[in-house]
Amino acid sequence: MATTTEIPVTLNKDEILRYSRHLIMPEVGMEGQQKLKAARVLCIGTGGLGSPLALYLAAAGVGTLGLVDFDVVDYTNLQRQIIHSTADVGRKKLDSAADKLKGINPYLNLRTFDTRLSSANALELFREFDIIADGTDNFPTRYLVNDACVLTGKPNVYGSIFRFEGQASVFATEDGPCYRCLYPEPPPPGLVPSCAEGGVLGILPGLVGVMQATEVIKLILGIGDPLIGRLLLIDALGMKFRELKLRKNPDCPACGTHPTVTKLIDYNEFCGIRGEEKPVASGVPEIQVEELKRRLDAKEDLFVLDVREPHEYQICNLGGYLIPLNDLPKRVNELDSSREIVVHCKMGGRSAKAVAFLQQAGFSKVHNLAGGITAWSDRVDPKVPKY
Amino acid sequence: MSKIHIPTPLRQYVGKQSSVEVTGTTVGEAMSSLVAQHPDLRKHLYTDEGKLRSFVNVYVNDEDIRYLQKEATAVKDGDDISIVPSIAGGIAG
Repeated sequence: MATTTEIPVTLNKDEILRYSRHLIMPEVGMEGQQKLKAARVLCIGTGGLGSPLALYLAAAGVGTLGLVDFDVVDYTNLQRQIIHSTADVGRKKLDSAADKLKGINPYLNLRTFDTRLSSANALELFREFDIIADGTDNFPTRYLVNDACVLTGKPNVYGSIFRFEGQASVFATEDGPCYRCLYPEPPPPGLVPSCAEGGVLGILPGLVGVMQATEVIKLILGIGDPLIGRLLLIDALGMKFRELKLRKNPDCPACGTHPTVTKLIDYNEFCGIRGEEKPVASGVPEIQVEELKRRLDAKEDLFVLDVREPHEYQICNLGGYLIPLNDLPKRVNELDSSREIVVHCKMGGRSAKAVAFLQQAGFSKVHNLAGGITAWSDRVDPKVPKY
Repeated sequence: MSKIHIPTPLRQYVGKQSSVEVTGTTVGEAMSSLVAQHPDLRKHLYTDEGKLRSFVNVYVNDEDIRYLQKEATAVKDGDDISIVPSIAGGIAG
């Protein structure tokens, strides 16, 4: 792994003791440890994947670690973003991460970038590093990172997760495929749920993030078989690992023989996202939580339909009639279209879809509870837990 | 019979199974067998024109069908077919 550092990297006595367990292995040795110290790795995201990734790279003695994250630690992050603690809730993730990483390894040259990675800054940022580790959480950034890696010639150590499954690979090496060879186009927004909507097993980014760290270290040291041209599929529930062959696509718009991606584009547009993402079906009649409360208190004849999943109902509910959204088409005959129906879910997205469906099925007295049970908790009854 | 591995985001459309046994001598036939058994899956895998969606990749054993004979790729008894959609974790979109 070539770096542009001209000054030979040395290890002092302290570092030699610190890394002794690396040094006594022929696969690493002094030469390998010096390569690690000379390496510059950029971690995009200090969340689920970024946490174990950065922690292990710092521990291993990677000399320069860049962190890109604009976000703030949230209470719901603590279930899996193990670089952050309870005391860090509300702090910038970069500050929280910096404390832990320097705590593990004071020799670390840590460079933090409190910014959202974008087409305006990615190329310049990537040029200063040797390897990019993608720990991001959305499709537009995945494509941005990929294209910027291809354009700057830096390998992209990729990991992604969903619920109980993960993927890992190394993209954008000279002879290997890039992310677009595998997925030329992103899925339309809303088709693949996020962690907030689909949930994620807390340990999963730990598993996948450490795999990414492993691949970064293998690339730096030039040992083992990296996941170039290989897509590792991780099934945490079955604890099964499968591997698929990835090929460099000669027609790939980014890394093929006649690339059409010669500069970074608007990735939000590419992924079909316009402006602020608000999960509302346009034109669906809404009711606010305050009005629902007023009408329920006045004992009006309202039918409250809850379209969440049974396990969500167990967390908290408004006493509504539960028909999960996916079951609604089969169970619509359980509803009385002559009654006034207020539909709710967690935040208003699924219920908006339900209202649209019911309208098409001939229901004319349906309203979507804007903001869902979350808004009810925020504005009507704080005793209702949020999740 | 061959087996189609169903990725997590799509399991809700196949009664939560992680894999489905299908008949067919080609990938196209196997996929048709799959959507015939589970019609809700169709729109997630295929466009209205009946083409496989571009963010969904299909593999026979460990080879991408785009580099074999696409949906005409032969499938034998005991083969593993994998549907691999893109996932990104985190925030939607």
